[in-house]
Amino acid sequence: MTDIATKGRVGTLPTLPRRTDGLSLAALLFAGFCVLCAWGATRTIAGALDHLQIARDAAWSTFFFLVVAATAALFLPAFRSWSFSRRAREALSQNNIVEARIDAAAAREWSYITFGWGAAALVLLAFASFIMANNAGVGRTFFYLPLIAEKWDLVVLAFWNNIKIFVIAEILVLIWGLVVAIARLMPGPAGQPVRLLAIAYCDVFRGLPAVLTLYLVGFGLPLSGLPDLIIPPIVGLFVNFDGMTAAQIKQYTRIPLTWYCILALTLTYGAYVAEVYRAGIESIHPSQWAASRSLGLSYLQTLRYVIVPQAVRRIMAPLLNDFIGLQKDTALVQVIGVVDGFNQSRIIASNAFNLSAVTIVAILFVLITIPQARFVDRLVERDQARMRAAS
Amino acid sequence: MAFLEIREVHKRFGPLAVLRGVDMSVNEHQVVCLIGPSGCGKSTLLRCINGLEPIQGGEIKLEGDRVSGPGVDVNRLRREVGIVFQSFNLFPHMSVIENVTLSPMKVLGFGRGEARDRAMALLSRIGLEAKANEYPDRLSGGQQQRVAIVRALAMEPKLMLLDEITSALDPELVSEVLNIVRDLASQGMTMLLATHEMGFAREVASKVCFLYDGVVHEEGPPDKIFGSPDEERTRAFLKRIIEAGRL
Ligand SMILES: Nc1ncnc2c1ncn2[C@@H]1O[C@H](COP(=O)(O)OP(=O)(O)OP(=O)(O)O)[C@@H](O)[C@H]1O
Ligand SMILES: [Mg+2]
Repeated sequence: MTDIATKGRVGTLPTLPRRTDGLSLAALLFAGFCVLCAWGATRTIAGALDHLQIARDAAWSTFFFLVVAATAALFLPAFRSWSFSRRAREALSQNNIVEARIDAAAAREWSYITFGWGAAALVLLAFASFIMANNAGVGRTFFYLPLIAEKWDLVVLAFWNNIKIFVIAEILVLIWGLVVAIARLMPGPAGQPVRLLAIAYCDVFRGLPAVLTLYLVGFGLPLSGLPDLIIPPIVGLFVNFDGMTAAQIKQYTRIPLTWYCILALTLTYGAYVAEVYRAGIESIHPSQWAASRSLGLSYLQTLRYVIVPQAVRRIMAPLLNDFIGLQKDTALVQVIGVVDGFNQSRIIASNAFNLSAVTIVAILFVLITIPQARFVDRLVERDQARMRAAS
Repeated sequence: MAFLEIREVHKRFGPLAVLRGVDMSVNEHQVVCLIGPSGCGKSTLLRCINGLEPIQGGEIKLEGDRVSGPGVDVNRLRREVGIVFQSFNLFPHMSVIENVTLSPMKVLGFGRGEARDRAMALLSRIGLEAKANEYPDRLSGGQQQRVAIVRALAMEPKLMLLDEITSALDPELVSEVLNIVRDLASQGMTMLLATHEMGFAREVASKVCFLYDGVVHEEGPPDKIFGSPDEERTRAFLKRIIEAGRL
C-alpha cells in the first residue's frame, strides 16, 4: 500500500520551477536603462528650448522631473519581481516546491510588466526625442504652432469641400453599388448580358487608379461637350433663357467641378462597394432564398426583404473600410483643380516653407474617421443586441 | 381526380439521377407520409412539387392544373402550397410576428393591421403569442419550427409539404411540433410529409409511400406498410428502423 503510494508520488513529482533570478535582474537593468533614456530625452528637449530661446522656468523643470520620475516608477515592478525571485529561491531551499512555483510565477509576471511598460515608455521617449532633435527641427517643421494658429481656419474651410464631396459620393455609392451588385447576380440566360456589363464595369473601375478616373472624368467629360448638350435643355425646363447672353446661360448650366469629382469617386468606389455587397449577398445561406421563395415572394421581393437586409448587416465593417478609402481619396481632387483641404494646406506650406498646415489636414482626415468607426461599432452592437434581447 | 398528382417525375443533379419516374397522388384532406432511407430523394421530391427545383421529366398536377415545367407561375403555385423545412429557415433579422406577416402583406396584399391580427390568432393557437416580438435565435428549436409552420399556414395553403420537420429537434421538443401536425390533420388539411417518425406516420397517415431507388417502391395504408409489407426492400428498411428503436 505505502509502496504503491510512494511509487505514485515518484511518477507525479511536481516539476521544479524554473529559476527567475536572471529575468528579474534583466528587469532591473531594463528599468535603469529606461531612466537613462528619459534623462537623455529631457536633455534633448532642454537643448532645443535653449536654442529657440524659450525661457526654461520652473514649469519646465517640474515637467522634466516628472518625466524622469514616471520612468523611474518602472523600478517598482522590477524590484517586486526581484523580491519574489528571492522568496522563490528560499522556498526551494526549504524544499517547499509549491510555494516556490507560485513565487516564481509572480516574479515572472512582474518582470514582464516592467518590460511591457518600459517598452511603451521607450517608444514615447523616442518619439519626443525625434520631434525635438536637431533643436526641434522636426517639431518646427510639422508642428509650428504660430503657423497653425494663423492658418487653421483656411484649411478647415477648404476641408469642408472634402466633406461635401465624400458625403454626397458615399450616399450615391451606397445606392449605385447595390444596383451593380444586383445586376451582377441577375439569374438566368436573360440576365447574362446584364451580368457581363456589371462584371466589365467592376473590372474597369476597380482597376483604374482613382486619380486617373478623376482626371478623365473631370477634364474629359467637359471637353467632350456632352454636358453642354444635355444640361441646358434640362435646366431650360425650369429657367427661361429668353434674352440671356450665352455667358449668362452658361452660368446657369455650368456643372461645378465638384460634381465631376463626386461622379468620378462614385464610379470608382461603386465598383468596390458592389463587390462588398455581392460578397454579403452570396454569404446568405441558400435556405433563406428557398424559405422566402416558397412563401410566394418573388425574386426581387426576396432580395428586398430577406437577403439584402441580412447582407447589409454583415458588410458594415468592410463598407466602412471602403468609405474611409473614399474619404482619403478626396485629397486627389486637386488634380482637376478643385481646392480641397490638402491643396490649400500645400499652398500655405510652400509659402511658409513649413509643413504645419499639412499636419492640420492630416489630423482632420484622421479625426473624421474616428466617430464613423465608433458609430459603425455601435450600430452593429445595437443590431445584435436587438436580435438577441427580449422585446 | 386526385388533389395532387405526380406522374413519372424524373429529377437529376448532373449525373446523379435522384428521382427516376416517381408516381404518386394525394387526395384532398389526405395525409400522405413519405418514408425511405436517407438520400433517397424525399426532400428533393417535395422541393420539386413546390417549384424550388425544376424537373427533367414527367409532370406534377395540382387540382388538375399542370404546375411543373415551363410557363408555370411559381409564385402563384407557392400561394397554394406551403412548405416547412427541416432546418426551420426563419428570417433571423425579423421578429416572429414579422416572419409570419411578411408574405401575407407582400404577396396577398393584406394591410399591416389585418396581417398582424391573423398572425396573432395563429400564434395563439400554438401558444406562442407571448413570443410575437421575439427574434428567432431567442426561441428553442421546437418553438422556431412551430413558428415556421405558422408562417406557412398564414398563406392559407391548400396543401402543406413538411420535410422532416422534427429531425433537427431535441427529442423532448418533437412532440410539441407533432401535436400541431396532428391538429392540422384533424382539421382536414391536405399534407404530404417526409418523416423518419414512423410511429407518428402510422398514427396520422392515410397513406404511406416508401421511396426507394428513385421510385415509389411500395405504397399502401399504414397498417399494411408497417404491418405486412409486400416488398423485400420495405421489410429490410423497416427492420433497420426498428433496430434503431424508432418504431
Ligand atoms: N442541390 C443538389 N445538388 C446536387 N445533389 C443534390 C442536391 N440536393 C440533393 N442532392 C442529392 O440528391 C440525393 C437526394 O437528396 P435528398 O435531400 O432529397 O434526400 P432525402 O431523402 O431527403 O434524405 P434525408 O432523409 O437524409 O433528408 C442525395 O444523394 C443528395 O446528395
Ligand atoms: Mg431530406
